[in-house]
Amino acid sequence: MMIKLNLNGKSVSADVAEDSLLIDFLREHGCYSVKRGCETSNCGLCTVFLDGKPVLSCSLLTVRADGKTVHTLEGLQKEAEEFGAFIARQGAEQCGFCNPGMIMNAIAMFRENPDPTDEEILEYLAGNLCRCSGYEGQLRGIRAFLDYKKSKGETAICNM
Amino acid sequence: MLTIKKYVKAASLDEAYELNQKRTNRVIGGMLWLKMSSGTVQTAIDLSGLGLDTIEETDEEFSIGAMVPLRDLELHAGLNAYTHGAMRESLRHIVGVQFRNLATVGGSLYGRFGFSDVLTCFLGLDAVVELHHGGMVPIKEFAAQKPDRDILVRIHVKKTPLRCAYLSQRNTKTDFPVLACMVSEWDGTLRVSIGARPQKASLIELPKDLMPENASLEEIASYVQEHTVTGSNMRASAAYRSRLAYVLTKRACQQIGGMDK
Repeated sequence: MMIKLNLNGKSVSADVAEDSLLIDFLREHGCYSVKRGCETSNCGLCTVFLDGKPVLSCSLLTVRADGKTVHTLEGLQKEAEEFGAFIARQGAEQCGFCNPGMIMNAIAMFRENPDPTDEEILEYLAGNLCRCSGYEGQLRGIRAFLDYKKSKGETAICNM
Repeated sequence: MLTIKKYVKAASLDEAYELNQKRTNRVIGGMLWLKMSSGTVQTAIDLSGLGLDTIEETDEEFSIGAMVPLRDLELHAGLNAYTHGAMRESLRHIVGVQFRNLATVGGSLYGRFGFSDVLTCFLGLDAVVELHHGGMVPIKEFAAQKPDRDILVRIHVKKTPLRCAYLSQRNTKTDFPVLACMVSEWDGTLRVSIGARPQKASLIELPKDLMPENASLEEIASYVQEHTVTGSNMRASAAYRSRLAYVLTKRACQQIGGMDK
């Protein structure tokens, strides 16, 4: 069936199968940051924003995105670049496979709660699994990023 | 792998109900559990165009649409104030924010899943389920029914003054609970809903002489343990769950009685 959505600021129309999942549609449209991890709706690797809210694209029918706005990591360049580079410099992760989903959900958290406590960070990011780090590295990196932004008198959120 | 032949965004509840009478058609909620199944759905019936994604609050009740995401319930200030945070506590451990932005309250309740934190929590409230053809059904009665071909429209939670607390035990964060426990007291009766037994949640209404004010916590917890049927699965044994029913009931009673302060 025909759908029309806004993908990373561009209007996209497409004829999609009724059981097509959003993750496959996004990858077909060049958004390779969106990856399939667990296939059980648990790992958060496929996180995208649907009308500004983080959702699992592996579990959402593409037809349900009809008329909506979808953002992937590719569409959040400025916010993602600064935060991603900071996390990398901090050595906050190891293999980086979980990184796209983790960055997306961290940005969602910054927008919802610009000054989270450590406990709030752990709770918000509980849906992003990392098999390397035990999450301590990510927590330290995010904390350091928030403290760095605060020291500059800025919030973690960049204007899109 | 799940195959869907046709997708219909229902224009009315009548249309959705009519389509749902065919056994090969399915109403889709958040689709998180359905997606894990294999087989063919002839027509996927989507209720998301029917305005059922809102929580309306009046002086008498909360009216929660079937398509409200769990995350909206978790963040609803009014519901959390009314349940003393029990609503949020029952939801915040479910996978992650991204999952809870998709999973719907209707899908969670309609499936009457054994692992459901949502059913366990709502069973402890003065709640009524609104079915399109079945009308208003008390949540306890609804939970006991087998799923049929009706459409769950809304859940009404009456603002009956209550004390309540929700606790769950998990082997690891974001996993299904090993046991879930909602203790609530309203209309002078103490109610304990135990979920993930691993069977679907069951509600125990305690005798009037078993209240935190006039019975010991051990007596209350022992009564619940004795009246809770548990089973074994890969997450825990029946004996462990039975012990947890005792411990969680005791702790939740401490919370509602203010004795943990």
